[in-house]
Amino acid sequence: MDDILAVACKSAQSAEVFRVTSSRTPVQFEANRLKQIQTKDSTATALRLVKDGRVGFAQASGRINAAELVNMALDTSQFGFQAGFTFPYLQPNNTVRIYDPSVENVTIDDMIGLGSAIIDAVCANTAGILCEGSVSRGTATFEIASSEGGRASYRRTNFSISMDGMLVRDGGILYVGDIQSSCRVLSDHKSISGEIIRQLELARENAALRSGTFPVIFTPYGVAGALLSPLISAFNGKTVLDGASPLKDKRGSYVFDNKFSLSDDPTIPYQPGSGPFDDEGVQTRRNTLVYRGKVVQFYYDLHTASLAGSSSTGNGIRNGGMPSPAIHALVIEGGGTSLTDMIKDIKEGIVIEQLMGAEQGNILNGDFSGNVLLGYKIENGAVTGRVKDTMVSGNVYQLLKEVVAIGSDSRWIGGYVNTPSIYCPAISVSAK
Amino acid sequence: MKDRLFSALKGQKADYIEVRLDESKSSRLVYRGERLEEAGKTASTGGCVRALVRGGWGFVSFNSLDRLAENVALAVNQACHVGNIESQFSPATPVVDTVPAEFKKNPIEVNLSAKKNILDEYNRIMLGTKDIQTTSIGYADTKKKVTLATSEGTYIEQGRIDLNLRLSAIASKDGDVQQVGLSIGSKGDFATVENLHEKVHDIANRAVALLSAPNVKGGTYTVVLDPVLAGVFVHEAFGHLSEADHIYENPQMRQLMVLGRRFGGKHLNIVDGAAVPGYRGSFKYDDEGTPATKTYLIKEGVLTSRLHSRETAAKMGETPTGNARAINYTHPPIVRMTNTFIEPGSTGFEEMISGIDEGVYAKDWYGGTTSLEMFTFSAGEAYMIRNGKIAEMIRPVVLTGNVFTTLGNIDAIGNDLDMNQGGGCGKAGQSPLPVSNGSPHIRIRNCLVGGK
Repeated sequence: MDDILAVACKSAQSAEVFRVTSSRTPVQFEANRLKQIQTKDSTATALRLVKDGRVGFAQASGRINAAELVNMALDTSQFGFQAGFTFPYLQPNNTVRIYDPSVENVTIDDMIGLGSAIIDAVCANTAGILCEGSVSRGTATFEIASSEGGRASYRRTNFSISMDGMLVRDGGILYVGDIQSSCRVLSDHKSISGEIIRQLELARENAALRSGTFPVIFTPYGVAGALLSPLISAFNGKTVLDGASPLKDKRGSYVFDNKFSLSDDPTIPYQPGSGPFDDEGVQTRRNTLVYRGKVVQFYYDLHTASLAGSSSTGNGIRNGGMPSPAIHALVIEGGGTSLTDMIKDIKEGIVIEQLMGAEQGNILNGDFSGNVLLGYKIENGAVTGRVKDTMVSGNVYQLLKEVVAIGSDSRWIGGYVNTPSIYCPAISVSAK
Repeated sequence: MKDRLFSALKGQKADYIEVRLDESKSSRLVYRGERLEEAGKTASTGGCVRALVRGGWGFVSFNSLDRLAENVALAVNQACHVGNIESQFSPATPVVDTVPAEFKKNPIEVNLSAKKNILDEYNRIMLGTKDIQTTSIGYADTKKKVTLATSEGTYIEQGRIDLNLRLSAIASKDGDVQQVGLSIGSKGDFATVENLHEKVHDIANRAVALLSAPNVKGGTYTVVLDPVLAGVFVHEAFGHLSEADHIYENPQMRQLMVLGRRFGGKHLNIVDGAAVPGYRGSFKYDDEGTPATKTYLIKEGVLTSRLHSRETAAKMGETPTGNARAINYTHPPIVRMTNTFIEPGSTGFEEMISGIDEGVYAKDWYGGTTSLEMFTFSAGEAYMIRNGKIAEMIRPVVLTGNVFTTLGNIDAIGNDLDMNQGGGCGKAGQSPLPVSNGSPHIRIRNCLVGGK
């Protein structure tokens, strides 16, 4: 990295090099059996430089000649935007615990055993179901160096288990599944098979819901799949800057129900979205986005913050290109109502577990519409079965303006969202 | 390189091994509103090894070729750890071939400032439209060379140039935000992203018009889809279900998808094939070295074939179709679509809408997804149809259906086949893979439309 910086600084005023080196070993299962073992090693290096006040950018996977990378970045700098920020002085920082050496010692056979135990438990519950999924371990090292001085790096382990079940029944298909991810070793196969079996039990019978407006409960999966994309977009400092966020002038206003609080928290120990600094070397922190219904702040990277006259919130994240504002790990604050009590409260309504197509609507203004891939009908305070061939439509801002109850059942979905169930008074249902 | 790869493959005890190397260079430009947010270049080199031993697979991906022999050994070792049955893998005649990248106006030869000038023109048109709040533009082109060497003696070098452009106009008024997008893609012809000024005007005007357009009332409608959206529909509603890796190890799915099953009327013919030339899903060999084909998935309404890799074909006793594709060296090839379309019929557009008292005319795409049985796809533009005529514009709609019944509800197929090249397909973490899809206008009875 120093060689790249040295070459870059011959032509540029300042430069920054970011490198991710990762190794991952996924063990994959298909049709209830072990199918494939993979090893994936990769190194990617990104260079950002400022030449004549303008930002240039280039990146490379694999071996790259420093001069070539610098030339690519210089080539783009003539079109780049005016740098309104300086690269931060980088300080080593190990305040967030995200590395667990025992992850690297998990054997392939342990991983195979874990996946097989989940599949065995699910198959024992439901004959004819076919499971597909993976157990994966990995380590990634993040390094950043800049001409402004200092250097920072951290190492993060990851252990993930995902398992989906597919059951062909009555000429149709039922999907169930769970995903868990951590920086530490996951070994409780029963918590995953248990979640899958819970979904199977609730969907055991088919039940039909008529068209109309009904009370709705979004389970943690339902919240993550149906409600979050519009909020992630609306709180993005860039969307706000562009005037395309419906929350652009709502800072300090009560937009949501006072039971609703939302934060982005990359400081929680051993979570896959956690880390001591973002991809621009800015120290991370817990950022409250909504506190008891009130819009508190938006999230920024260095560049967007400089344009908005704000400062980076430590949310500069690279997703295949230059850093841009993005979320580390969203946390919706849990409430005090159990899912059972929410269901008991409803005479006729719907539980949404998985919604398909929710992100195809006009995310910017919060509209969503989707096919209920997995959802249950509630009748007289109890789940009576799976709802199919049914669409729901709503608007995130309308739904979260008035919430009946927030669940006590908070959980992580895939390691990047922590949410409870949310019970709202009304959603529009279209059924065949 | 050829000798080096073959020597790394030698002396291993495996039923099949392949090495695939990728070299690519790409450039991209990203705008948000009037700001050019990113002008960037990327270079990538990497490779992977995949080995099959007694039905089990090992896969290793890497950036450095220095340890090629060790990586081959590791993949074989991993496959040994998995395998405990007899391998089933369709035999192939070894091929040695070099296929240069196809292009017309080569985007790689167009300099960054010329690309930027064109995008600036489009951006000015959008930003100059009243009530347009902001815009978003993403342009990328990639030149890629993929080298495949297998333990059977196949050695193929294939070049490819791909480009895509996505423009969005975002209108805002009184706290409401509406957007309309345009997606263009091409296999190696920069001319496809030139001279779009009129279309760009149109998306900006439509985004503004949406601010005052009503929402559709949710429910079941007769729906007419334009060629672009019908292409997305055939991709989501049937294409994915015909990928044999969803079927081959699932006895009940094999029953549901038995060849000969009737899915639609006699007028319905659905094709997929990389051998159909000139589109983004076109190529000469897939990533297992199987030559591209053109496959009739549905002929005269009846299921006649499906999309295969060499493994799925062998396990189902069918023939490989050349649909094993990997997005890059970090993934093994899986069964993917290429160019998927509904063949033209004979119904004219006026005739198609003439008998509809109340329906929806849905155009252009915003997105689409499938669970195999159920699918949703969303239109970028929509109108009510009233008394046989196109009536008021409505806000974009999301449509949904059940694969096993919806194809049977197509009761009219137009004569105006058009291919859409602007989309990318995602499956098993490999996204966006260049594909194309298309159709003539089609009419679907009893289609569920989401709305309040």
